Amino acid sequence: MSVEYPDEPVDGFPTPPRTVTDREGREIELTRADGDTEDLVEMYLDFEEEDRAQGIPPTKEPDIREWLDAVMTDDGLNVIARNEGNAVGHVMLVSDSDGAYELAIFVLQPYQGAGIGTALVETALGAAAEEGIDRVWLSVERWNKPAVNLYEKIGFQSCGGERFERMMALRLA
Amino acid sequence: MRVLVGIEDTDHGIKALESTVERAKQTGDDLTVAIYATDGSIEETESAVRDRIETLDVDCAVERIDSDPGSRLVELAEREEYDQIVLSGGQRSPLGKIKLDDVHEFVLLNSRTTVKLVR
Repeated sequence: MSVEYPDEPVDGFPTPPRTVTDREGREIELTRADGDTEDLVEMYLDFEEEDRAQGIPPTKEPDIREWLDAVMTDDGLNVIARNEGNAVGHVMLVSDSDGAYELAIFVLQPYQGAGIGTALVETALGAAAEEGIDRVWLSVERWNKPAVNLYEKIGFQSCGGERFERMMALRLA
Repeated sequence: MRVLVGIEDTDHGIKALESTVERAKQTGDDLTVAIYATDGSIEETESAVRDRIETLDVDCAVERIDSDPGSRLVELAEREEYDQIVLSGGQRSPLGKIKLDDVHEFVLLNSRTTVKLVR
């Protein structure tokens, strides 16, 4: 699959660990995943059907565990958002066959619309830049306007795929 | 039931064929496989599909679609009065998202025949 990246890199992203206050006044800790997937399993079991995208996350616990094992590999990058110790958001970067990384983000329903998604994606991009990752892409269902707006605000540019999903890409270096 | 299975040039296509054949053996569905290529070679796909059909020991017709697979599948299904079109549910992205392509989109939007996606 070929993705066209913008010519100009975007930089200045914050790096984990960091704590932000969301628009509801909640303290959100953003940290790199340490390999423990248990609290993410709990988070994904609580996920609402309408918040699934393109078949992920899976719905059943064994499938969630299998999927998390596949995306939380050593050459990937995962940042988790926690409130009072519980996982409420997760952003993942998984390498593709072209040396670039696919990004996806999930935020638990009661924590949506409070700026956590933006903070998570920006923090993951900061960690990615630190790791030397230079290109990141994602696909988003084309009717999901809030998500498209969020990615555009961060600096992703649309790069085709006007079918069910829109492809967007960002250059870090 | 008469089922038209659209098989593309991917591993996923072969898997969709296998699960459709398995079901057809139970229900007695009458299968036709229509092969199309989105990236690779249609000849290779056709020989892989014919091999697999032989291994699975099932009786089904094989047709080749050389261009515009979406519209040709819809046309074929209507003209020959199939009851269902089966498509493989697309490839997966590195982090597991289902990727539907323009063939899926065309068939889902334009077919008056029932469409089944195999995931």
